[in-house]
Amino acid sequence: MKHTIQQVFHSGKFVVGFFIFLALLLIVIVYPLIITDSPLQIISQGTFFEPGIYVSVYDSIGSPTYTLNLVDAAAKRIASKLSNDDRLAMKDWLVADGIPESQIDINNIKQLLDQWVNNYDPTKDIEGMTNAKRQYYARVNTSLKGILSTEGAAIAAINPQTGALEQTGVVKLSDYVNISKVANVRVLPLGTDNFGRDVLTELVRATGVSLEIGFVAGIIATLIGLTLGLLAGYIGGFMDDVIMFITNLFTVIPGFVLLILISFSIGQDKRGAVTIAVVIGFTSWVWTARAVRSQVISLRNRDHVNLSKLSGHSIVHIILADILPYIASYVVMALILQISSGILAEASLSILGLGPRTTEVMTLGLMMNWAMIYQAQILGKWWAYFPVLVTIALVTFSMNLMNTGLDQVFNPALRD
Amino acid sequence: MKGYRKYFLNKVGWLLITFVFAFVLNFILPRLMPGDPVAAIVSRLAQGMSNTTGVQKIYQQYADLFGTNKPMIEQFFIYMKNVVRGDFGFSFSQYPRTVADTLKSAIWWTICLQFPAIIVGWLIGNTLGALAAYLKGGFDKVLMPVSIFVSNFPAFGMAVIFMVIFGVTLRWFPTSGGYGFDLIPNLSWGFIWSVIVHYQLPFWSIVTIAIGGQAIGMRSMSIYELNADYVKYSRFMGIKDRKIVGYVFRNAMLPQVTGLALSVGTMVFGALVAEIIFSYPGLGTTLLNGVMGQDYPLISASTLIITVMVLSANFIIEILYGIIDPRIKASQAD
Repeated sequence: MKHTIQQVFHSGKFVVGFFIFLALLLIVIVYPLIITDSPLQIISQGTFFEPGIYVSVYDSIGSPTYTLNLVDAAAKRIASKLSNDDRLAMKDWLVADGIPESQIDINNIKQLLDQWVNNYDPTKDIEGMTNAKRQYYARVNTSLKGILSTEGAAIAAINPQTGALEQTGVVKLSDYVNISKVANVRVLPLGTDNFGRDVLTELVRATGVSLEIGFVAGIIATLIGLTLGLLAGYIGGFMDDVIMFITNLFTVIPGFVLLILISFSIGQDKRGAVTIAVVIGFTSWVWTARAVRSQVISLRNRDHVNLSKLSGHSIVHIILADILPYIASYVVMALILQISSGILAEASLSILGLGPRTTEVMTLGLMMNWAMIYQAQILGKWWAYFPVLVTIALVTFSMNLMNTGLDQVFNPALRD
Repeated sequence: MKGYRKYFLNKVGWLLITFVFAFVLNFILPRLMPGDPVAAIVSRLAQGMSNTTGVQKIYQQYADLFGTNKPMIEQFFIYMKNVVRGDFGFSFSQYPRTVADTLKSAIWWTICLQFPAIIVGWLIGNTLGALAAYLKGGFDKVLMPVSIFVSNFPAFGMAVIFMVIFGVTLRWFPTSGGYGFDLIPNLSWGFIWSVIVHYQLPFWSIVTIAIGGQAIGMRSMSIYELNADYVKYSRFMGIKDRKIVGYVFRNAMLPQVTGLALSVGTMVFGALVAEIIFSYPGLGTTLLNGVMGQDYPLISASTLIITVMVLSANFIIEILYGIIDPRIKASQAD
């Protein structure tokens, strides 16, 4: 046993897969201990907030200010307000005004603005310019006035007695706050989803639930497959005929059709994560049963099994002591594959709208489903679906790597 | 020839048996669930429809169609009689359209999308796998990890990524539908072009998924065959490498044909989900509409048709397999 495990851990593929899987599992376990927010809590008003650090505006006004004199602060401020299209339009105007194109650099904002302020004249009539375009330039010009101001913004509060605005402070252009001094800061590394939930927290919880579904489905499928395979292979005869008939039937009848029919019949209200897992388990045991049976048949007439029979051991004892150890490696591999295909089955089922209820748990498939319903992929909200896809791919990839590694250890013919 | 006929009859027998079982399961599974199906249907209707006369009519029709007050056996025969006539009843969510009407067009979209995609994916995958086994070296080192990763990638994930890259970012192809939403199906060039353009993304995403798994399988089969005794023997005999490779890949192909028969179900499921991502007007989207509209007759009919499609695909592949593999005839002749 110890030797086998050592051998397994010498396989590069297995080790890589194992560590990816272990890392995912650790994140799923440790993350909720550190960040205790509820994964299903709706924190934002509105959908798909971009990833980033969200600082309370109100609290940052009240927090201590620090004066930093940064050279490029003004340019950056302007750049963030002036889009590339606006700058190109400004360049067009300046060129039409007679400034040589070589002197205009739309990336040098300071220079561009200087040229603009010195040359722009709303009354000037440029040949061939539509009225709409002229008004657009007027709008750009007005918006620039705000950016170019060198004075700070005043903060005012309403006086409860008179109802008049009274200035309570001024925010200077060079004022900065230290984020650690602001009372309310929320880091959303993956933004929020369509419901306004924190995607990262939700993703970690969903990975956990999906893994649970995979485990439950995989264990059920493997147990059913193992039992049927052992019975058919070892006892043989009529039992074998019946079991093989059923197995052959379900090999051909696509399992997912049964999965869809059963999940739909259960009804939305009764579909929990565990129910889905059980249904997946009950519809995916066929391969394990077939493979176990054929292995057991080849083991059945080995000398050590016959010896055990002659010694008068019971069938249960023979199966447990003389047959199971020989097929254990195969069963473990089958279990790993079942888990990964269980996770995929849940995800596909959720996209069909037949996943677990959304209100209670989040699974990887459900996250994907909601992102698709809200067209995150077309709106360019990558954080709502891409991390989910990467997680699914990592889980199944790591499991298949482990499986390939095990396969190479136990079937020397496959080694490169 | 006698051996082959036996094989053929055996497969036909299995096709019929599995079909009967699939049909019975399709009928019985929803009825095994607790509660009266028609009552459940009517309670769901309140969510799906607002037209009260429609609700009344559907209740009547399904009470008649399922004959819920009659014994189960009799219900089954009524259901069977209706299905044979192509009568799947009214669709709840699209009343007064019938289910048969809804499915009639969807079937063709699905067949025209999935059948070529799976075949093309299978061919490309096998070619790549065989090349990887034969060329080894750098090609193998790059192809294999990519194939393993791709084959583990969920089909819908591939569909989404294709859509984002080629549909949203590069804007080469439209992102959803089977044809432009401003067109009415007809036989003009404009419509056909629109169909072709809309076809590309779903097609290639299904192909990509199929390639990965097949390439891995073909590679390991080819490596196994390349190391077989007959190859070494032929080399000693001085037979040309090209000829040997021909034999090797013919032998390695055979298990891949069976592999296709066995994985066709999974592939179809993946492709159905990919259809949903692209809102392709096939059975996958119909199924989704059925689920969203709590439309039981639509779902039941779709799953029945998908089952028939998968069963027939399986049957055809096994028949072809019997023709190309001489061992089948030999084993049956004993």
